Amino acid sequence: MKLSLTVNETAHELEVAPNALLVEIIRGDLGLTGTHVGCDTSQCGACTVEMDGRAVKSCTVLAGQAQDARVTTIEGLGAPGNLHPMQTAFQAHHALQCGFCTPGMIISAIDLVKRADGRLDEAAVREGLAGNLCRCTGYHNIVEAVLAAAGQM
Amino acid sequence: MSDQGIGQRVKRREDVRFITGKGRYTDDINLPGQAYAVFVRSPHPRARIKTIDASAARNAPGVVGVFTGKDLAADGIGALPCGWLVKSKDGSDMKVPPRPPLAIETVNFVGEPYAVVIAETLGQARAAAALVETDFEELEPVVSLAEATAGPQIHEGIEANRCYDWELGDQAAVDAAFAKAAHVTKLEFANNRLIPNAIEPRAAVATYSAPTEEFTLYTTSQNPHLERLILAAFVNLAPEHKLRVISPDVGGGFGSKIFVYPEETAAAWAARRTNRPVKWTADRSEAFLSDAHGRDHLTTAELALDAAGTFLAMRVRTRANLGAYLSTFASSVPTYLYGTLLAGQYRTPAIHVEVEAVFTNTAPVDAYRGAGRPEATYVVERLVETAARETGVDPAELRRRNFIQPDQFPYETPVALVYDTGDYQASLEKALKQIDYAGFPARRKVSEAAGKRRGLGFSCYIEACGLAPSQLAIQLGAGVGLYESGEVRVNPTGSVTVFTGSHSHGQGHETTFAQIVSDKLGVPFESVEVVHGDTGRLEFGLGTYGSRSVAVGGSALIKASDKIIAKGKRIAAHMLESAPDDVDFDEGVFAVRKTNKSLTFGEVAFAAYVPANFPEDLEPGLSEKSFYDPKNFTFPAGCHIAEVEVDPETGVVVLVRFVAVDDFGEVINPMIVEGQVHGGIAQGVGQALLEHGIYDESGQLVTGSFMDYCMPRADDLPSFEVDTTVTPCTHNPLGVKGCGEAGAIGAPAAVMNAVTDALRVKDLAMPASPERVWRALQAA
Repeated sequence: MKLSLTVNETAHELEVAPNALLVEIIRGDLGLTGTHVGCDTSQCGACTVEMDGRAVKSCTVLAGQAQDARVTTIEGLGAPGNLHPMQTAFQAHHALQCGFCTPGMIISAIDLVKRADGRLDEAAVREGLAGNLCRCTGYHNIVEAVLAAAGQM
Repeated sequence: MSDQGIGQRVKRREDVRFITGKGRYTDDINLPGQAYAVFVRSPHPRARIKTIDASAARNAPGVVGVFTGKDLAADGIGALPCGWLVKSKDGSDMKVPPRPPLAIETVNFVGEPYAVVIAETLGQARAAAALVETDFEELEPVVSLAEATAGPQIHEGIEANRCYDWELGDQAAVDAAFAKAAHVTKLEFANNRLIPNAIEPRAAVATYSAPTEEFTLYTTSQNPHLERLILAAFVNLAPEHKLRVISPDVGGGFGSKIFVYPEETAAAWAARRTNRPVKWTADRSEAFLSDAHGRDHLTTAELALDAAGTFLAMRVRTRANLGAYLSTFASSVPTYLYGTLLAGQYRTPAIHVEVEAVFTNTAPVDAYRGAGRPEATYVVERLVETAARETGVDPAELRRRNFIQPDQFPYETPVALVYDTGDYQASLEKALKQIDYAGFPARRKVSEAAGKRRGLGFSCYIEACGLAPSQLAIQLGAGVGLYESGEVRVNPTGSVTVFTGSHSHGQGHETTFAQIVSDKLGVPFESVEVVHGDTGRLEFGLGTYGSRSVAVGGSALIKASDKIIAKGKRIAAHMLESAPDDVDFDEGVFAVRKTNKSLTFGEVAFAAYVPANFPEDLEPGLSEKSFYDPKNFTFPAGCHIAEVEVDPETGVVVLVRFVAVDDFGEVINPMIVEGQVHGGIAQGVGQALLEHGIYDESGQLVTGSFMDYCMPRADDLPSFEVDTTVTPCTHNPLGVKGCGEAGAIGAPAAVMNAVTDALRVKDLAMPASPERVWRALQAA
């Protein structure tokens, strides 16, 4: 089937299998390997991307559901010299170790801050990020980073 | 001192690629013409393979080949070895069942691979794998650890499924001490099976060049050189010089990526067999089934005390589950990494430990963060806390009475270790102050007024890290040395490329090791590049596990840097018309003492490569290497205190506070060290409250996904309060001890001591799930 979507401001016309998942398109067809796959049950959140203004787990979105969608992956968020405040905060607060969950965590965190509308405390951050697993950091520094970035977004 | 040298909170340079999606993990690597591997795995915990009919799979669309264990064996591929030989108390060698990469005659755990399908696409490989028709004769499995020795014999020639029956310590002395004890505290408990779950699943991409007979294997390994050594020397895949193993960015390991597994072995072999690059990436379900699991002990432990509360002796009997086969270092974990730690921080004069290690029809069990030391700490600290409660002594005070004192180092324990240094009471007192121990009764009253229970628990742990003096380790059964290599290559323009045999899979070595060398050589941090994880770029290394990287690998870099400085002094002395002994090196400047003559590090480096004015008896160039063999283990130790609140209505335990005061010796980068502690605590709390790898009676893994296996999530944990005390390690040049595992070692006992304090019960099984807590409260 044909799929039209925009990823990181670039429009794509692709021929995809009907059962293809959005994450497979992102990693495979588009070669954007910053989006990761950490599980097969939509539990870990490593594959989280922004689609039409909302964070989604791209392993749980059929490619067909992304027809005409605007998708932002970690690669589209900011590059060295022009980082998103959340990316900067993750480095500044040592909110990552192995880095594997990081892209999904950053996308989820940005979504959380946007939805929180200025009302975000530690408990809200912890609850809001419960859909993203990190095995390295114990979440301590992730929480710090998100709260710090929230003040700058 | 530089603001990016030793002791500074330098931001991690590796983060730049990770936060922008430019990390390069194994599954991100795609080679032209690659095919995909999918493994066919046993649905049975124990069965004989009667026939495998792969004809339908071979004829399926896109299939390049279907191979079984017989195909690998026919090609001379050998069994996966265990790298540590443990002897039983009667002197006999441990029993080692052969573990072919793909099972040949029998399968022995659910998920064990016995065939592999190679196809043009992943989807085609998956579809074809489902077409492999296998006729199994199901056999009665051994699932229960408690009944393992009475079950059917899993492996031919291994009676009672017993791998070894090991002991350490003076049994007669222990028996005599128990006979005169005023009080004996006894506990029986399990140390629950854990599934490591690095968020990056294991993966491999292998390619083979027929003209040169060379393999390149990209894989998720914590120690690529060891992977290469084992695949060459034992598995017979290829000679070492024809096998390059690259561990690119690796998404967490926690021990589970130390080991050589069937999958990357078979994938590499298949690359040669099919003459195609072959890629395999585990999905999470495969990871649950086939990654080496951790812990899984049953233990009876007793502590004897005199009337004054002095520890007289400890007696420990443990049955350890090894799973179906011996994974790469499985045998060392419940022995030399466990029994040797049972002295803890205390002067207990007599200790005897017996460990019976058995096979079961479950996934192999091997090192997982802490590896033996969390189990030992759990034994010691649960016993000590329980003894304090039973004898009516404050648990902090009972520990103070029995700590090894600062003036008693070096201290030889009754279980074969010599602690070099420490100050255990210093960590305890700092932690007590941080948690406001004196205020706890008031906090408990507040909780109780709200209908809750509140508890506080200690864990004064010790660990042995920096594995290990090679000769000692080899004497005790290790199949490899445990030194580490380091090379400091000064480039002609004065920048420095550092090669380390340690491997970073989240620890931040690219930053930490650059800090060390930058500090030592006085060159800017930005001018130091760290290379690791590629057997083609560095000559040898033992990798990263057991919190050894800075203590051993960092020490190798100090030694190599010392050689750079020594050669630099000779070059500078010649150029400045002085004697090498009169040249001082400080902050990147070679200066002749009591003169104003000096050369910068960069000037000396340039002269080494453009030797216009150079000592005649000196070779050009400025590159040095070192193999650093540690003189002893290092002994990080500390005090962890957990405070929990329990809702008796629901049984939910909330970890309210967690204080960790650790003595890691000198600290290179406090920010990274704190991060390591946070992550370790989370895994330790996970063991205590959430995680449990469970097989049902039929041998099926019932916790086979993130929906069933309860990983710690952000809302399960509080922010942690971490601090340090410092007694520098006495025998390595950096004074460091290692910090990677402390949290996972200390936390389980602290949390369970707090939970049992809140419930006022003697013991409760881990994980302290709401159901268990609720039932315990109903029974009380």
